[in-house]
Amino acid sequence: MKRRLALKQLTAVSLLAMTGWMPQVHAAGDTIKVGILHSLSGTMAISETSLKDVALMAIDEINANGGVLGRKLEPVVVDPASNWPLFAEKSRQLLAQDKVAVVFGCWTSVSRKSVLPVFKELNGLLFYPVQYEGEELEKNVFYTGAAPNQQAIPAVEYLMSEDGGGAKRFVLLGTDYVYPRTTNKILRAFLHSKGVKDSDIDEVYTPFGHADYQTIVANIKKFATGGKTAVISTINGDSNVPFYKELGNAGLKATDVPVVAFSVGEEELRGVDTKPLVGHLAAWNYFESIKNPVNEDFIKKWKAYARAKNLPNAGTVVTNDPMEATYIGIHMWKQAVEQAKSTDVDKVIASMGGQKFNAPDGYTIEMDKTNHHLHKPVYIGEIRADGQFNVVWKSKGPIRAQPWSPYIPGNESKQGL
Amino acid sequence: MRIAAIAHSLRRILLAWLLSMPLLAAQAPAAGVDPALLAPLAGDDTDAKLRAIAALGQLPDPGAAAVLQALGDDRLYAAADGRVLIGEGGARATDPATGAAAELPAGAGTIGINNRLRRAIEAALAGSRLFSERPNERLDAARRLQQTGDPARLPMLEKALAAEKNEAVRDALLIAQANLELKSADPAKRRHAVELLGGTRNAAFRPTLAALTQERDGVHAEPDAAVREAAAHALTQIDRHLATIEWAGNLFYGISLGSVLLLAALGLAITFGLMGVINMAHGELLMIGAYVTYVTQSLFRAWLPGWTDWYVLAALPLAFVVTALVGMALERTIIRWLYGRPLETLLATWGISLILMQGVRTLFGAQNVEVGNPSWMSGGIAVLDGLVLTYNRLVIIGFALFVVFLVWVLLNHTRLGLFVRAITQNRRMADCVGVPTGRVDMLAFGLGSGIAGLAGVALSQLGNVGPDLGRAYIVDSFMVVVLGGVGQLAGTVIAALGLGGVNKFLEPYTGAVMAKITILALIVLFVQKRPQGLFAPRGRSAE
Repeated sequence: MKRRLALKQLTAVSLLAMTGWMPQVHAAGDTIKVGILHSLSGTMAISETSLKDVALMAIDEINANGGVLGRKLEPVVVDPASNWPLFAEKSRQLLAQDKVAVVFGCWTSVSRKSVLPVFKELNGLLFYPVQYEGEELEKNVFYTGAAPNQQAIPAVEYLMSEDGGGAKRFVLLGTDYVYPRTTNKILRAFLHSKGVKDSDIDEVYTPFGHADYQTIVANIKKFATGGKTAVISTINGDSNVPFYKELGNAGLKATDVPVVAFSVGEEELRGVDTKPLVGHLAAWNYFESIKNPVNEDFIKKWKAYARAKNLPNAGTVVTNDPMEATYIGIHMWKQAVEQAKSTDVDKVIASMGGQKFNAPDGYTIEMDKTNHHLHKPVYIGEIRADGQFNVVWKSKGPIRAQPWSPYIPGNESKQGL
Repeated sequence: MRIAAIAHSLRRILLAWLLSMPLLAAQAPAAGVDPALLAPLAGDDTDAKLRAIAALGQLPDPGAAAVLQALGDDRLYAAADGRVLIGEGGARATDPATGAAAELPAGAGTIGINNRLRRAIEAALAGSRLFSERPNERLDAARRLQQTGDPARLPMLEKALAAEKNEAVRDALLIAQANLELKSADPAKRRHAVELLGGTRNAAFRPTLAALTQERDGVHAEPDAAVREAAAHALTQIDRHLATIEWAGNLFYGISLGSVLLLAALGLAITFGLMGVINMAHGELLMIGAYVTYVTQSLFRAWLPGWTDWYVLAALPLAFVVTALVGMALERTIIRWLYGRPLETLLATWGISLILMQGVRTLFGAQNVEVGNPSWMSGGIAVLDGLVLTYNRLVIIGFALFVVFLVWVLLNHTRLGLFVRAITQNRRMADCVGVPTGRVDMLAFGLGSGIAGLAGVALSQLGNVGPDLGRAYIVDSFMVVVLGGVGQLAGTVIAALGLGGVNKFLEPYTGAVMAKITILALIVLFVQKRPQGLFAPRGRSAE
């Protein structure tokens, strides 16, 4: 009889746990609540799950070192399920109901746009960790990913250089949504400024989840007969695999037509057979293969965390740029809180500017005093056969972000908040 | 200082070259490569590296070629003491300077290369491979040399041409020679070269030929009018050929996309078409098939490393059995209680699909998993001088035909097929005459699911394998089955190929996004006009 009761309780508890309704165990004493808003199901789970895990790791690390202002951080994890309106709903829940001090979250630009009004209305604080198209600057958001001038523009400059192959013609290939459209608009203006004519630029878009790249690869091949060509890919996560597979099988090698991608990192390459991709490029502000003690420490911590928490495929976990950006964001927020001696949003925002952090990318990077973006170094890497990147170019040092691209007319007056 | 260093290394190169000449004549084994040539490879200066690569390419010593090959394959290591070693796997290595075996020191790292160096290595290797024993290598090298514009290669080409006996390699060499002779001072030679290049109909020569016809401020890039005319003619030749290739390409792409749609939809043609179950979990059955492929691949890699190329064949029966069992379990536990209630079936199967997706996510993680093409499915075959038909797509087209044949035989020439058709036509009557409808339903649903599993194996060879794989195909699958006419196998085949073809012929003109929208709009119009699809079942069974 007793055993049956225990079984029932066990089932009930595990059901609750599965649906995410596990009652939060409150630690003794006062804690600071921190919201984590990343999709753990749906299409974006592929990219966002590891950001949730790295955020939890950073929180564990801070707690192990005594917390913030003597208080422990308490993560509140919600799952917006890759559903943009749900992002807004969940962020309202985090801010109004859970009263979190700060939220780390979002990946796609559309999810960020959908939570913005909530953060403005309730005066919340969001740390956004992904490279994006710029054209935005909000008081309530800190952007720890790259703006276009910290990723896209240096990559194109590299392709035009002698080392990058001296490309004269460009295929701008992207998934059809706001990030590729805006980035390509900036790149087209940039290419014009370098004297590239419209007839040497081919802008191609595919629907979300596009899986048949035969025609597009054939067209790239045809376009390349007109001169030295490079492909600039803003294809969104999932569609990259069929694209690269088609490219490899059609015999277009990196030495003939190099492809530089802005959304392909170590994490995405885990799902790909990388042998045919060797030599294709990616531009980021961080690669796992960068050699420095801070990065080695970061990778070691992440691998140990994955093993300790028994994450899926814990043996082969990798780090990537948005994970590093999340990690930097949490630590910078902690520093700002300690400087402001308060978790009050306005006070934290005021003390964020000028925060410095010794980051895994090899530099002590700084939060800009006015524009809420990090000064970041730029790296260009070639894909290696083992799914890592071989850095072939890096910027002289951290570059200041230009969220309002000078290549889009009408942006001259919008440089600060 | 720098000039002195260059002069020094040049002297060394010359010396090494002279020294190696008699070695080549005697076909003696490698004696070693001059360390002064190897040292720049380990350095940071790209220009020095390029010079060293070019110098190594000039050496007829097989040791030099081995160094270049290792550099291209990421197997060349730089040791802390300045030595350069060729890694042979594990801690074993060869010292190219002595040709002796060596131990890889602990601190040695691979020498990184970029695309520019990779191109230089290929060009350098092409030079030495031109004199290889194997005709295939010589052909590859000749083709590679067709792309260089370096006139310094001309004497080497002429030497190779004089020695070459193989017809195909000779042709390739002649083209490479013609490409370099475009810069010749003799107009007759230039004209002959242009004609030869035009005759290849190879689009790779288009830019050079187009440059000849250009005119700026009244000055022609090519002074000789006859050569200009020949170039213009060669350009039209190439362009006409490009148009043919494009057309043939679109046809192939259409058939290929059609075969993918067909595979994805065939299982649904049985579960939805014949049995009338609106199975929203069909996509997840595809996904399970793909994950079975992944698991099989992992097992082969772990236990049968020598046979990894054939894991796909082993995955096929496994995927069929696993998905068929999953399908039958679903049918017995949930779907059979909902026959005749389409709305509830839709909701229930939608729920099942969510559960299956999250289940896979919990088991395998949210990230995509890597499924590699076996070597016999990688790459492609070039036809019509320029159109590449990729092997994986060719195999999948053949496989789709095979599965259609299999389903056709099962439905029309087996007892189970007879029962399935009987139940489709009149369930009650079939029941009355003793057809075990319950068991047949289960088997038919299992068959449909199993075929979805087979399709999953095929899809894993083309794109992502992740928990969301099914989502991408569910809408397309329903589109094909509805368009083809519910309950019609032939309709499904024609609808799939038709959709694939129309899509691929639209795409070059409208772009992928508009092509998709146009197709959906066309289907809406078509279904308005003919709700029963392309092939409507006739007679009493239509009800």
